[in-house]
Amino acid sequence: MDQALRTLQKNWPVVLMLVVMAVGAAGPLAFGMTTPGFYVEVMLGGLMSGVMYSLVALGFVLIFKASGVFNFAQGAMVLFAALSVARIAEVVPLPVAFVAAIGIMAVLAWLIERLVLRHLVNQDAVVLLMATLGITYFLDGFGQTIWGSDIYKIDTGLPKTPMMVLDSIFDGGILINTEDLVAAGIAALLVLALALFFQKTPTGRALRAVADDHQAAQSIGIPLNRIWVIVWTVAGFVALVAGVIWGSKLGVQFSLSLIALKALPVVILGGFTSVPGAIIGGLIIGVGEKFAEVFLGPILVKQFDLAGGGIENWFAYVLALLFLLVRPEGLFGEKHIDRV
Amino acid sequence: MLYRENGQFKISYSEDQQILPIVQDRWFMLALLAFAFLVMPAIGTDYLFLSLVIPFLILAIAAIGLNILVGYCGQISLGTAAFMAVGAYAAYNFVIRVPSLNFLVVLILSGGIAALVGILFGIPSLRIKGLYLAVATLAAQFFVDWMFARVKWFTNYSSSGSVSTPPIEMFGWSMESPVQKYLFVLTVAVVMTLAAKNLVRGHIGRSWMAIRDMDVAAEVIGIRPLYAKLSAFAVSSFYAGVAGALWGFIRLGAWEPLAFNVNLSLNLLFMIIIGGMGSLLGSYFGAAFIVILPILLNQVPGAIGIEMSTAFASHLEAMIFGSLIIFFLIVEPHGLARLWAIGKEKLRLWPFPH
Repeated sequence: MDQALRTLQKNWPVVLMLVVMAVGAAGPLAFGMTTPGFYVEVMLGGLMSGVMYSLVALGFVLIFKASGVFNFAQGAMVLFAALSVARIAEVVPLPVAFVAAIGIMAVLAWLIERLVLRHLVNQDAVVLLMATLGITYFLDGFGQTIWGSDIYKIDTGLPKTPMMVLDSIFDGGILINTEDLVAAGIAALLVLALALFFQKTPTGRALRAVADDHQAAQSIGIPLNRIWVIVWTVAGFVALVAGVIWGSKLGVQFSLSLIALKALPVVILGGFTSVPGAIIGGLIIGVGEKFAEVFLGPILVKQFDLAGGGIENWFAYVLALLFLLVRPEGLFGEKHIDRV
Repeated sequence: MLYRENGQFKISYSEDQQILPIVQDRWFMLALLAFAFLVMPAIGTDYLFLSLVIPFLILAIAAIGLNILVGYCGQISLGTAAFMAVGAYAAYNFVIRVPSLNFLVVLILSGGIAALVGILFGIPSLRIKGLYLAVATLAAQFFVDWMFARVKWFTNYSSSGSVSTPPIEMFGWSMESPVQKYLFVLTVAVVMTLAAKNLVRGHIGRSWMAIRDMDVAAEVIGIRPLYAKLSAFAVSSFYAGVAGALWGFIRLGAWEPLAFNVNLSLNLLFMIIIGGMGSLLGSYFGAAFIVILPILLNQVPGAIGIEMSTAFASHLEAMIFGSLIIFFLIVEPHGLARLWAIGKEKLRLWPFPH
């Protein structure tokens, strides 16, 4: 009991943040601003987009863990992968296109390692970040040059009809997209597969070793360069899945590249090095954003006479910023002490 | 042959501390300034001023601001355009609400307001650095974007959210022709560059560089990180704010809510990577590069008979920027400014290799 109290005292800002977030989440219902049915619907919508953010954030975390590179290009990779699938699927069946896109992402990973990362070993994290900015621009331009820059469709063959569930509990039931459910299922499967890959296979173990300590890993004979290719390929695969899911929902277009910007606050919140953190962070950001937009937005608009809501554009960032101030390592990240 | 410093002895402290210690450099700078102030107005066309030289000068001011933060103080920022937006909207509101105010005063005031906002968003830098700080400055970018698009007061309740600036007047003289605008921007750029040069070689600049090179060691020798970092944010945002006000009033004239978006921030970052981090000259090189490259890409293929669609040209531009950034980071992290310095060194020693 004493122990728990002391931990609580030491971490009071985090607890305060969590309390504020909880109040924010429960507020709309408590103050009678909404019906339970609509509340749950908004929450589900948030969770769905949260799953998508998690998928992109997962790519970030994988690469950061294994190579210490903060991969700004993850969004560009999502766009590139989705474009590849969409255009290849115009001539061959979707599964074939999917496999072909995996191949393309692997080649891309190899090229990035060969041409960029290999030459920047042991550089400052900020330099690597800027290099991935360069990759982002290159990939955006390159992808749209070879695949075209229109809006393309990926038809996954999933039913898009919304369905009503839980009529009996809530007034009017809750609207759910079947496609969203399948997407969430696929995301869960992917996370499970990645967890197995990391825990059970020799390659996964090597990846974790590299994540722990580059030098030590190299000294026991793990080939760093090959590990980097593998991890970028895995990140490319995650980007591919995210791209196909987003693309089938919204159409493949340039704006896909921008979801990377949404995934940044997710990794801040969840911690740069934590896979579960990416998932939970994504869900928190997804739900928080929707809540802010639906419930907080109208209040702000009314109070301050704004020209419209749209606070979901920055809400995630401000949330992440506040989190940075109280707990820089994120919810699940490794604690490290850095003098600043 | 001509570029040689033998026989130039420094016999006083002030000679030792000159900005340009070599006499040929001084003559070159004088000639450059004379060309810019006297010859350019006579030979330049309106197109040249409006789409090349004025954007170049304004972006160079903003790049100097960013360079102070990133190149000299080592704090990464992905939100420079946000501070430019603050400067632009501040200037707009000053001009609209206090019409009698001199535009020079407006410029300084809007720079000051941008500096205050910069300090506000620089506060996280006291606890975080590197990647985390990049995200914090991105937060500034998105929040400011949203704020100016949504809060009606800032746009003077215009229905579309876009604003258009009244003509600039100062000292009873109104600025209309491109040449006048050019001379005004040039003067501001020269004054601000000189100020920046003196800042970075004085004790403030030295404390910035100490923080950049090793913050713990800097603290040990008595530099207060709080003041060093926040002053870098303040000065950097001041420059960005002035550049933003100039960009809004002189380059754009009228602008939409998202004129200062994250792309502009990234472009500014590219300017200092390509131009050279920690170099004022590099800010100019980078700005020139970023302004000229798209125009070249639009004009040259047409001129030599290759048809290129605008979409392809913009994609090609993105690809070239991307590969150049990687190229410079790998091959020459100090950018074009370093190449310039190498060239000068070679000239001094010529014809000997060492």
